[in-house]
Amino acid sequence: MTTASALVIDIAPERLANLIVCTQCDALYQVRQPARGEVAVCARCHTVLVAPRAKAALQIVALAVATLILIFGATVFPFLRIEAGGVANAASVLDVAFAFSQGILTLLVVATIALILAIPALRAGLIVYVLTPFLLDRPALPGARAAFRMAQSLRPWAMAEIFAIGCAVSLVKVADLAHVSFGPAFWMFAVLTVFIVIQTKFMCSWSVWNALASQTQS
Amino acid sequence: MASRDQSSLQRVWAWLAAGLICYVPANVYPMLETRTLVHTESATIVGGAIELAEHGAYGIALIIFVASVVIPVGKFIAIAYLALSVGRVSRSTPETRHGVHEIVEYIGRWSMIDVFVVAILSSLVQLNAVAAIQPGPASLAFALSVIFTMLSAQAFDPRMIWDGIENDKAGTA
Repeated sequence: MTTASALVIDIAPERLANLIVCTQCDALYQVRQPARGEVAVCARCHTVLVAPRAKAALQIVALAVATLILIFGATVFPFLRIEAGGVANAASVLDVAFAFSQGILTLLVVATIALILAIPALRAGLIVYVLTPFLLDRPALPGARAAFRMAQSLRPWAMAEIFAIGCAVSLVKVADLAHVSFGPAFWMFAVLTVFIVIQTKFMCSWSVWNALASQTQS
Repeated sequence: MASRDQSSLQRVWAWLAAGLICYVPANVYPMLETRTLVHTESATIVGGAIELAEHGAYGIALIIFVASVVIPVGKFIAIAYLALSVGRVSRSTPETRHGVHEIVEYIGRWSMIDVFVVAILSSLVQLNAVAAIQPGPASLAFALSVIFTMLSAQAFDPRMIWDGIENDKAGTA
């Protein structure tokens, strides 16, 4: 049914180097380094294949470091504070996760911490680990390939930006119940969300793999 | 580059079934329990959205309704449709089906909004006697449902949509 017949292709290694396969539909292309501002797109399913940017590595590493710092700050400081009838309560992101710490809901504590703090932080850390050597013109660190693959596969599970929308929704829900004010961590989360979006936009996985491949060959 | 995984479809169906099963308690049990000075009330997902709309917050009610009802149900249908259409002659073009898969993968995670809202509310609104909000059992079921359908969408190999179309073209020409 879906089995592709096994093809034995005899291509010289130097020609194999610039072949690229669309990850979405498996169309095969011969690729060249796109010129400045050019984007390579799959002709069949329109998936973006290559979208390099000048000095992207520096920007991505800078954003990743900033993300790490912001995640730390956003975790520790309170991010929302409410007041009603003389009683006040402030919550940090950790408090939010531990809202589920009763009975079977404890599973959700782990899930929430993972989705909004641990996985975004881990991704940022992995990206710094993979890309920093390129900035310093040093050979890639051991395990860089595995680290980058992991960072890419974790992408759908990093949900910091969804949490930010969740904040907005809860604000409206609470607004008629009590007086709400923002803590420092709220603004950190707002900036964090923007950073994560920009970082995803800048990241061209083909360019990174290409750089990793050329490093290990030489 | 990776080879075709022959069990891909099986995993798609398995995760999808798990997601569907979890979606039932997510809608039956209360999502939030709000306790104020005067009374205690618990709201299910749909009930919460309706309540918001009654308060006049139509925008937020719509976000919640879309994120926790329209997107999950749409996802169940879309994934089932994609999985059924693999290896069959379909009226829709591969381009359309590919677009559907892309949307499903992109949009699935946004359903977590409701879980995060519950978490934020129940950690924030702890004002002793004045008002307190507790998460209900539906929050866990709903989170699991979202996670399972995300896994289902990831298990679906979009390349299956394109497999065999070159042969079909060659055959009909």
